[in-house]
Amino acid sequence: MNVTLTVNGKPYTRDVEPRTLLVHFLREDLGLTGTHVGCDTSQCGACTVHLNGDAVKSCTVLAVQAGGLEVTTIEGLGTVADLHPLQAGFWEKHGLQCGFCTPGMIMSAAELLRHDPDPSEATIRHHLEGNYCRCTGYHNIVLAVQHAAAAMRERESGQAADD
Amino acid sequence: MTDRTDKYMGQALKRKEDPRFITGAGQYTDDFVLPGMLHAAMVRSPYAHARITGIDKSSVEDMPGVVAVLTGEDVAAAGAGPIPVGWLLPDLKVPPHHAVAQGEVNHVGDIVAVVVAETRAQAEDAAGLLAVDYEALPSVALGSAALEEGSPQVHDDVPGNVAFRWEIGDEAALNEAFNRAHKTVKVRLRNHRLVPNAIEPRASLAQFSPASGEYLLYTTSQNPHIHRLILAAFVLNIPEHKLRVISPDVGGGFGSKIFQYQEEVIVLLASRLLGKPVKWAARRSESFVSDMQGRDHESEAELAVDAEGRMLGLRVNTVANLGAYLTLFAPAVPTYLYGTLLNGVYKFLAVHAKVTGVVTNTVPVDAYRGAGRPEATYLIERTVDVMAHELGMDPAEFRRMNFIQPDEFPYQTPVALVYDSGNYEPALNMALDMMKYQDLRAEQERMKGNNKILGVGVISYLEACGLAPSALVGQLGAQAGQWESSLVRVHPTGKVELYTGSHSHGQGHETAFPQIAADELQIPIEDIDLIHGDTGRMPYGWGTYGSRSAAVGGSALKMALQKITAKARKIAAHLLEASEEDIEHADGVFRVKGAPGQQKTFSDVALMAHLAHSLPDGMEPGLEATAFYDPKNFVYPFGTHVAVVEIDTDTGVVKLRDYGCVDDCGPLINPLIAEGQVHGGIAQGAGQALWEDAAYDDEGNFLAGTFMEYAVPRADDLPNFQTDHTVTPSPHNPLGVKGIGEAGTIASTAAVANAVMDALWHECRIAHLDMPYTSEKVWRAIREARQGAGMGQAADD
Ligand code: FES
Ligand code: FES
Repeated sequence: MNVTLTVNGKPYTRDVEPRTLLVHFLREDLGLTGTHVGCDTSQCGACTVHLNGDAVKSCTVLAVQAGGLEVTTIEGLGTVADLHPLQAGFWEKHGLQCGFCTPGMIMSAAELLRHDPDPSEATIRHHLEGNYCRCTGYHNIVLAVQHAAAAMRERESGQAADD
Repeated sequence: MTDRTDKYMGQALKRKEDPRFITGAGQYTDDFVLPGMLHAAMVRSPYAHARITGIDKSSVEDMPGVVAVLTGEDVAAAGAGPIPVGWLLPDLKVPPHHAVAQGEVNHVGDIVAVVVAETRAQAEDAAGLLAVDYEALPSVALGSAALEEGSPQVHDDVPGNVAFRWEIGDEAALNEAFNRAHKTVKVRLRNHRLVPNAIEPRASLAQFSPASGEYLLYTTSQNPHIHRLILAAFVLNIPEHKLRVISPDVGGGFGSKIFQYQEEVIVLLASRLLGKPVKWAARRSESFVSDMQGRDHESEAELAVDAEGRMLGLRVNTVANLGAYLTLFAPAVPTYLYGTLLNGVYKFLAVHAKVTGVVTNTVPVDAYRGAGRPEATYLIERTVDVMAHELGMDPAEFRRMNFIQPDEFPYQTPVALVYDSGNYEPALNMALDMMKYQDLRAEQERMKGNNKILGVGVISYLEACGLAPSALVGQLGAQAGQWESSLVRVHPTGKVELYTGSHSHGQGHETAFPQIAADELQIPIEDIDLIHGDTGRMPYGWGTYGSRSAAVGGSALKMALQKITAKARKIAAHLLEASEEDIEHADGVFRVKGAPGQQKTFSDVALMAHLAHSLPDGMEPGLEATAFYDPKNFVYPFGTHVAVVEIDTDTGVVKLRDYGCVDDCGPLINPLIAEGQVHGGIAQGAGQALWEDAAYDDEGNFLAGTFMEYAVPRADDLPNFQTDHTVTPSPHNPLGVKGIGEAGTIASTAAVANAVMDALWHECRIAHLDMPYTSEKVWRAIREARQGAGMGQAADD
């Protein structure tokens, strides 16, 4: 089956088996290995990407379902030269250890901050309960998200002041 | 090069490795693709114990993409031997552990056959349809049940299912101590089984090159050299230098990636037989039945005190369930890593422990974060709390009055260890202050009788890490050395590569090791990188487990660095036409004492070492050094952890409300990283106390085979943690460092368990319940106790 979708701003057309999951399409067909697979029951969140702006677990979406839609993966969020505030926050606050859960964690947190620019600790913890981290105990992940939220608010208000 | 005077050691530097992880550029084993790569899928036993009476390869051979089906016979014919045990005890019974089962399977998940196909989906499709005939055999899952008369026999060559009987301590002295007892308590407790669950599932990718006879193996490993040694020398019988093992970025290990697994043997053999690279990557449900599991002890502990409440003796009897096969460290975990730790931080006259290692029809059990030490700590600290409650003493005070005192180190325990250094009371005091302990006790009184009750768990732990003198572990049965090596390579430009036999899978070595080097060499950390995880690049090493990276790997690095600076000083003296004694190495330069301006930078020296235009007579060119460091002793970190739980008596729901701890692992190389290790450790230990349970039914059917049934802690389940530390250096290694990677887990299971039981004791005099404290279990216990049904074990029965 042919599928055409946009990933990190670039259009791709590929021939896929109908059962191909979006996560496998990203990793194997496009070589975007930042999106990880940690489970087969849609619990761990390591595979989280954005689909038309919403965070989804790409192991529960078929590649063909994403046809015509916009996908953003961790590779499309920010680069080493231009980190997204969440990427910077995770680095600053030691919000990662092995780094395996981190792309999914960041993508999930990005959705939270889009809806809630100033989340409480409880809100952050609640929002991230679909993303497992076995290394950090979550403490620093919460700090990382708060750090990023503050940076983004500051940037916003700076921009607002400039307008 | 810029001059610098600041110190890197002890600074909370952000990690050098993080930019690749936060941008999705990490490279984990499953990310690698080799041209022409095939995919292997495992056919796993649905039975806990069965005879394989037939495998019909033709049932799947014609399916799309299928290239080969390999059975136990094929693997044996290809020359693969059984996977050996790495630690032998006297009279140990070792059942053969084949890469693919030969005639019989012994646990759910045991590998029956392998399907190799062009795509992963094709391989998995065919694996699911392979026709295998089984004849079910009687099976057993619980250690104590396997010891009963008439219990099913797991292996014919392990009579009575007993793999070993082991004891430590002086039983006569213990009996004497008990004769003097004013009071004794006995606790029967189960330290239930866990699944390590690193978030990255295991994966392996092998390539055999017929032209050179070389094998390449990418694999999720904490110790690539150990894998190479075992695979080459014992399983595949190939020259060790022809096998290169690369463990690239590894997504957590917690012990589960130490061991030699069947799948690594399989992909190597399949690649050789099929002439193409072969990859296998675990599904999470495979991880649940194929990663080595942890803990699983059933114990009886008796503690005796005198009339003043001073501890006299501890008697322990443990049945350790080893699962269906004995794996790499399996015999060491419930013996030397457990029995020797049963003294804890206390002054005992005597300690005596008996351990029976038992095989059952369950997934093999081996080292999981802490490995033996969490089991010991839980047993001691739980029993100490039961005694404190019985004595009507404050648990923290009861501990304080029994501590080994700071002037008593080195301290010889009755169970073989000599503790290097320690000062337990300051850590206890700091932790109690941090948590406002007295206020908590007052709050607990106020809440009594409400539908929300409070529990406070205080534990003081000690652990032994930094494994440890090779000669000693050799005497104890280890089939390996326990030193570590490091190579420091200085390039002509003064840029430096460090190579270590330790492996980082989240511990931040790529930052911490350069911190050590930057201070020793007096150059910016940006000029230094760490290389690890590749037997093709590293001299040698035994890897990362048992919190040995800093104490052993870091010490090896320090020694190699000292060789570099010694040679650099000689070269600088020569270039400055000064005598070596007059050279000082400070502020980033070598200078002649008392002659300002007479100086050479590190890169000047590095360049001349390589140009060799002007070197002292007879000196070899180059600037490179290797060191092998064999520790003189284990190191003994310690600390006090305090857990606070709130229990809803209407629902039994336990909420971990607060957690604080003070750890002492000697000087910190990077406080940010050390704290992160503590956080993660606390979460895993709390996970065991409250939620995690690798449950089997009596016949060995695994009941917790996915994340739907196995509850790892999630963000919502945990509070923020308060951490602090004291610093008591180890006198044994050149850095004075101990280990911190496992401390959180070793301590937190006991702390959280004691908090729950503290609440239940205060509320309704329940002396002991086994973990995990699920809401149903807690609710039932409270209800029965309140109804006066006598739920819970009496402390003195
Ligand atoms: S891989 Fe998608 S949720 Fe685990
Ligand atoms: S950093 Fe390892 S799983 Fe989160």
